[in-house]
Amino acid sequence: MSTVGGHGAAVDIKNCGKTFADGTLALEPATLQIARGETLVLLGPSGCGKTTMLRIIAGLEQPDAGGTVLFDGKDMTSLPIERRNVGMVFQSYALFPNMSVAENIAYGLKIRGMPKTERAARVAELVALTNIAGLENRRIDQLSGGQRQRVALARAVAIRPGILLLDEPLTALDAALRERLRGELNRLLRALGITAIYVTHDQAEAMELGDRIVVMRKGAIAQIGSPREIYFAPQNRFVAEFIGAANILETVVENGQLVLPGGRLPIHGAQNLSEAVVMIRPETIGVTSADSAHLSGTIDSVSFVGDRQRLVVSGAAPKPLTIDAPNTIQAKAGERVGLSIAPDAVRLLPPES
Amino acid sequence: MSHRSFVGLCLLPLAVVTAAFFLLPMARLIATGAEGPQGLAGYLAILVEPRYRATLINTVLLATATTLVTLIVATIVGMFLQRHRFPGRSILIAMLTFPLAFPGVVVGFMIILLAGRQGVIGDLSSHLTGQKLVFAYSIYGLFLGYLYFSIPRVILTIMAAVQKLDPGLEEAARSLGAGPWAVQRDVVLPALAPAFVASGAIAFATAMGAFGTAFTLATNIDVLPMLIYTEFTLAANFATSAALSVGLGVITWFILALARSFSGSAVAAAG
Ligand SMILES: Nc1ncnc2c1ncn2[C@@H]1O[C@H](COP(=O)(O)OP(=O)(O)OP(=O)(O)O)[C@@H](O)[C@H]1O
Ligand SMILES: [Mg+2]
Repeated sequence: MSTVGGHGAAVDIKNCGKTFADGTLALEPATLQIARGETLVLLGPSGCGKTTMLRIIAGLEQPDAGGTVLFDGKDMTSLPIERRNVGMVFQSYALFPNMSVAENIAYGLKIRGMPKTERAARVAELVALTNIAGLENRRIDQLSGGQRQRVALARAVAIRPGILLLDEPLTALDAALRERLRGELNRLLRALGITAIYVTHDQAEAMELGDRIVVMRKGAIAQIGSPREIYFAPQNRFVAEFIGAANILETVVENGQLVLPGGRLPIHGAQNLSEAVVMIRPETIGVTSADSAHLSGTIDSVSFVGDRQRLVVSGAAPKPLTIDAPNTIQAKAGERVGLSIAPDAVRLLPPES
Repeated sequence: MSHRSFVGLCLLPLAVVTAAFFLLPMARLIATGAEGPQGLAGYLAILVEPRYRATLINTVLLATATTLVTLIVATIVGMFLQRHRFPGRSILIAMLTFPLAFPGVVVGFMIILLAGRQGVIGDLSSHLTGQKLVFAYSIYGLFLGYLYFSIPRVILTIMAAVQKLDPGLEEAARSLGAGPWAVQRDVVLPALAPAFVASGAIAFATAMGAFGTAFTLATNIDVLPMLIYTEFTLAANFATSAALSVGLGVITWFILALARSFSGSAVAAAG
């Protein structure tokens, strides 16, 4: 619990699907629990149903029959958004143009009938919290994008909502600002101890902000897990390819070893398999000399990207392998290299997904 | 040719048109207004002379009432039409533009068909109460005519403005706890303010100066355009009718300027 934020409600989504009036199945029935104070990120490509899920939780959309939304165990399904006490930050910020910054922040408090002096105190508190001191009397069209984003956040948090819902709040900003605000937002969410549901299609944002990430695909949940689980232990090919870079190989297995054109690669858990689909992250592949290695190939290309260099090596696996190597090693196209891959770094994926 | 002289050349047609159709006639009108027996004081007659003043007040009241009722009806209808999809909607919207081309005479004629001596309302009321309700030939008939004339125009303007509203604004207000009325009051109406001012101004100016409808309904309705007409054609009182015309223009302009500055802050903020 925190003095600045709300109390943070637990959210229970049971069987919530959404079919729009025109027949579009935007969301297959999904079940999901969000703990008090947790930051949950909905991540997925455009059109996969993230906003739809968020709007169902907010109360802006009704789930299809059979779906229920519970806050702290109380059924909210039939309550409209104005009675759910949720804070919302929209991608377009949706700040009221006919009100000043302070009036925007105070609006929810005014609606709740909070006396003027208390309101002013609360606004001052939020202005300090979100770093917008000095802008209180500005009109909205006199603010920069980053300032608008802070005002929108301050306005949503002012009412001490049980749940804070954010729909791509940083997407409209340029890359550098986005990164800075991401950090600020992260600290703020932790400080408030509020339950937050954060929609994004940016995986870096998802990794930094999320306690857990829900990866979505075509209206269904592809995987739920911590950022580490999602990254290191994707449960299917879609998640593996969507998050970070991944080498996906489909090969024959003999005696628990992958049989590859450039050699053999022992892996865990494949004793009884005859073929497998595996994922190997580019940064887990080490580059050694070709003579002593179990697995080797030829460098196709080297691209230097500053903090590391990206190699493409062919001949080792059925298709060229992408490798992130330290920027200190010498590598030239055409050179033969050995590859070292620890058995732990090879992740088995379900055959068809 | 230098850039300046090119721009100057482009301005020439504007200057000619303005001079020919606006400045010269206006100057002549203003001069004529001062040529009566009272001289320049003739201009004050519109405010001082009891009959003229009563007519002025009548006209302003009529135009104000027309504007307010038009805005209320058109806002509700426009909002509904823009926000809801139902069978027949597009036909209905197409029908709305139908009376736009009607001259005042036709509007007056339709009011007589509706509320005149042989009108629908008269027939209905004599069936129901035995009393024949006839009000086409009065200022109430004129009021109805102006509503009929203004409402479609304003509806179209409001619909365009509603379409441009960001639905996120309303959802944001709701997420902060605002019920339907509060959303309208705090978000929707302020955002529509520019459309209200623009379309209300046209409705008001039309109701102040329109002539055809009044002339069709009756020649003794107490509104300024009719007064100007009778002074001009029947009494051949050129000076007075010119002074009244200038007065009508100035007063309409003044009231609109007042309304604009009054709502100016809201409009600026909503922009
Ligand atoms: N009101 C609606 N009527 C019909 N279909 C809709 C409606 N809203 C969304 N959809 C459809 O539902 C699907 C999911 O939409 P949603 O907005 O939830 O996607 P999203 O994951 O938020 O995408 P983005 O990252 O582009 O915002 C899409 O195919 C979309 O076209
Ligand atoms: Mg979306």
